[in-house]
Amino acid sequence: MAKQPLLEFTDRGIYCSKGKFYIDPWKPVDDAVITHAHSDHAYWGHNRYLAHHLSKQVLLYRLGEINLQTIEYGEQVIKNGVEISLFPAGHVIGSAQVRVEYQGEVWVVSGDYKVENDGISTPFEPVRCHHFISECTFGMPVYQWKPQLMIFDEINSWWRTNLNNDIATVLVGYSLGKAQRILQNLDLFNGKVYTHGVIENTNQALRNNGVQLNPTERITPDTPKDEIRKGIVLAPPSSVGTPWMRKFGSYNFGYCSGWMAIRGAKRRRAADRGFILSDHADWDGLISAIDATGCEKVYLTHGYTATFSRYLTEIGFDAHEVHTLYGSEEEAEVKDDTLNEDKNNTHAVGGDLERADTP
Amino acid sequence: MKAFAQLFLSLDETNKTNEKVRILKDYFINVPDTDKMHMLALFTGRKPKRQINTTLMRNWAIEASNIPAWLFEESYHVVGDLAETMSLLMPQNTISSNKTLTEWIAEINTLGDKNEEERKLWLMDSWAMLDGQERFVFNKILTGSFRVGVSQSLVIKALADVAGLEPATLTHRIMGSWMPETYHYKQLVEEQSAGDNISRPYPFFLAYPIQETSEKQRSVEELQSTLGDSSDWQAEWKWDGIRSQMIKRDGKIFIWSRGEDLATEKFPELHPFLNALPDGTVLDGEILSFRNGLPLPFNVLQTRIGRKNLSKKILEESPVAVIAYDCLEYAGEDIRTKTQSERRVILERLHAATPYPEVFNISVMIDFNTWAELAAKREQSRAMIAEGIMLKRKNAAYQVGRRRGDWWKWKIDPLSVDAVMIYAQKGHGRRADLYTDYTFAVWDGDKLVPFAKAYSGLTDVEINKVDNFIKRNTIEKFGPVRTVKPELVFEIGFEGINRSTRHKSGVALRFPRILRWRHDKPKEEADTLDSLKALLGE
Repeated sequence: MAKQPLLEFTDRGIYCSKGKFYIDPWKPVDDAVITHAHSDHAYWGHNRYLAHHLSKQVLLYRLGEINLQTIEYGEQVIKNGVEISLFPAGHVIGSAQVRVEYQGEVWVVSGDYKVENDGISTPFEPVRCHHFISECTFGMPVYQWKPQLMIFDEINSWWRTNLNNDIATVLVGYSLGKAQRILQNLDLFNGKVYTHGVIENTNQALRNNGVQLNPTERITPDTPKDEIRKGIVLAPPSSVGTPWMRKFGSYNFGYCSGWMAIRGAKRRRAADRGFILSDHADWDGLISAIDATGCEKVYLTHGYTATFSRYLTEIGFDAHEVHTLYGSEEEAEVKDDTLNEDKNNTHAVGGDLERADTP
Repeated sequence: MKAFAQLFLSLDETNKTNEKVRILKDYFINVPDTDKMHMLALFTGRKPKRQINTTLMRNWAIEASNIPAWLFEESYHVVGDLAETMSLLMPQNTISSNKTLTEWIAEINTLGDKNEEERKLWLMDSWAMLDGQERFVFNKILTGSFRVGVSQSLVIKALADVAGLEPATLTHRIMGSWMPETYHYKQLVEEQSAGDNISRPYPFFLAYPIQETSEKQRSVEELQSTLGDSSDWQAEWKWDGIRSQMIKRDGKIFIWSRGEDLATEKFPELHPFLNALPDGTVLDGEILSFRNGLPLPFNVLQTRIGRKNLSKKILEESPVAVIAYDCLEYAGEDIRTKTQSERRVILERLHAATPYPEVFNISVMIDFNTWAELAAKREQSRAMIAEGIMLKRKNAAYQVGRRRGDWWKWKIDPLSVDAVMIYAQKGHGRRADLYTDYTFAVWDGDKLVPFAKAYSGLTDVEINKVDNFIKRNTIEKFGPVRTVKPELVFEIGFEGINRSTRHKSGVALRFPRILRWRHDKPKEEADTLDSLKALLGE
């Protein structure tokens, strides 16, 4: 008789029946281990949450009063005899891979991850395992990232050009992760960094968590337009084209995302500039990360799962596609009101509709 | 090539018209004259002859990228552009090249004399010395799929500024066929008469649509307030054929289509009448299939478009004739600045003199005294095999390009049915990696029969929603095509419908497109094949 796998894919999320807990469940459960605070991984309504220390304040900000236990990377928690520990995923601040071990069998759930050290999230660490459950948002060979240093050089020089032309600069990126990564890499000799409320709230939550971030100023109706033009504005994707953005007068807006690697996607966003900057692993990053786990089996949860698993199989991995509700290319594009329902975010300041925090 | 690649990138990086013009001017000022002409040729759709076929190029790109062929295909579906896919998948270049656009194109043009092995070597070497962006535009030139998100009018505006010419003059001077190798920048900008090149057509004047929807028709009052007195206007039927300019100069004839393709040889029936015109005559009109003095639906004409050889059978089954509606040059003189009415008189005079009245028709003026009367006449369009009505201001000159004001097209409502989406495929260009190409079906008993494909008509928000639905409701995948759970209903509009033996449904539509998403209709209430066929009007 086949042994029951340690982790299973159910219609509520990834489930450990031995330990009676779920990892990143999308329907309410008793016990949830959360890889990171993006809304397609951290849903509202579970009885107990377990996550990394650095996710604490953001989770509380996004989900309100929840029963949350946080731990350090490498620290162990035992649930019903199953060992749970977290390892850095390098995706955003506080993001973790979840390592689950029972009687010598090791499973790792990657959540979302990137392999490049962004200088602000704890860098990705490969974890040896038998079974690796991986994302593959950018599991196509056309996605190959350049080092972030090159991208930030482009961003900073674009900002300078706008300053010289007396045009406001608006840089769009997701409020958790991308915004802080950008913030820490801007050339502050150029000017001041202004933030949209949603981003500033996230910054505040992270600062409360002890994260050191560069100074920012929240934009209010009283912030003078002329001052904003001398700095740079960080804004979430949901603010694009809204009256909020139009009030800056003449502005140039740049979009930071892995999807910007494709000309069509870039043109669809109608951004003035697309910067190829992603918090997910690129093609080579995914393959090297999977290889480094030494796993016997790899399961692909979201992204170009069909193509990527076929390729992995061809190069000798035992790869499988699984169906989950995580991120994935599809959600990445959708920003409509219905998505706000799962969030149930009592603190959110209007308009942050992002869900799958995609690149 | 660096300057050209940068031009392409810079144009991509802005949505602002003024900025685009500035970028174009910057380019024109900084590159050699020969590059200017090559750029102009590429940006106005004059592609160099394709020297390497796409299949070979694709195979060599797969080799250079070192990935399996199937993965290359999958990547192509995600990127939606072959040149870009090839460029993204290849390893980064280690050396670079300073060859100009002119030099590259000259090299491309010598490939014709080389064998396959030599071509491959040349291509692999070239790829290795171009960076990502250069490789992309280089591939675009090679695959002959060169299209930019910049209208010809912007390019002309920028160059006219640099050269100190009127845009209309420049537009005219780059009409027709010319090669950047032999048409020099000096010739282009020097004062000269259009007669230098006897084949050169004039820029077409295009009508602006009178916008209306099936729910909201323009009222007689609106026409009166927008267009003024009806007596200032002439009205003609709007024909659905091939818009063409027909030239007779120095004893030679030329037929140009709207896309500036020289189509003289495609319409031998028209040669006698054109040869009989006086020298120095240019006519504007529509080429249509005709039988017994009556126009036939567009699909009859379609059977001969694109044929290399016009067989006797085709010429018999689909004979063409012209409905001319304007005269742009008479007795060797450009008369575009004369009024519509004056040009009409000249056109009528030419028509009266033709020995071939069965081939050379002129468009009939619709008799009307009030807007209300004309609105009523418009209802007869379909019976006339016309798409609606053209309105032309009697005192207007023949202008350049699509302009609001003096020429209006007032089309009739499209025919429409409610249909169920059953297949979907990813789009190209800015719709890459999104499911935007749909196949629609109507009911035949309890079966859904596909009858039309449509790409356009939805908003970006709707496209995202439909895309999301498709990804979650795929039944089967056949290569790039997904079979989708039949559920979404759309109203499909089209200009015409004809019997077809080539389609499963037995009908072929003209210009099908999505009019709206019928959220209110369950799939069971979509139309039937019988109701679709009832529109055949037989």
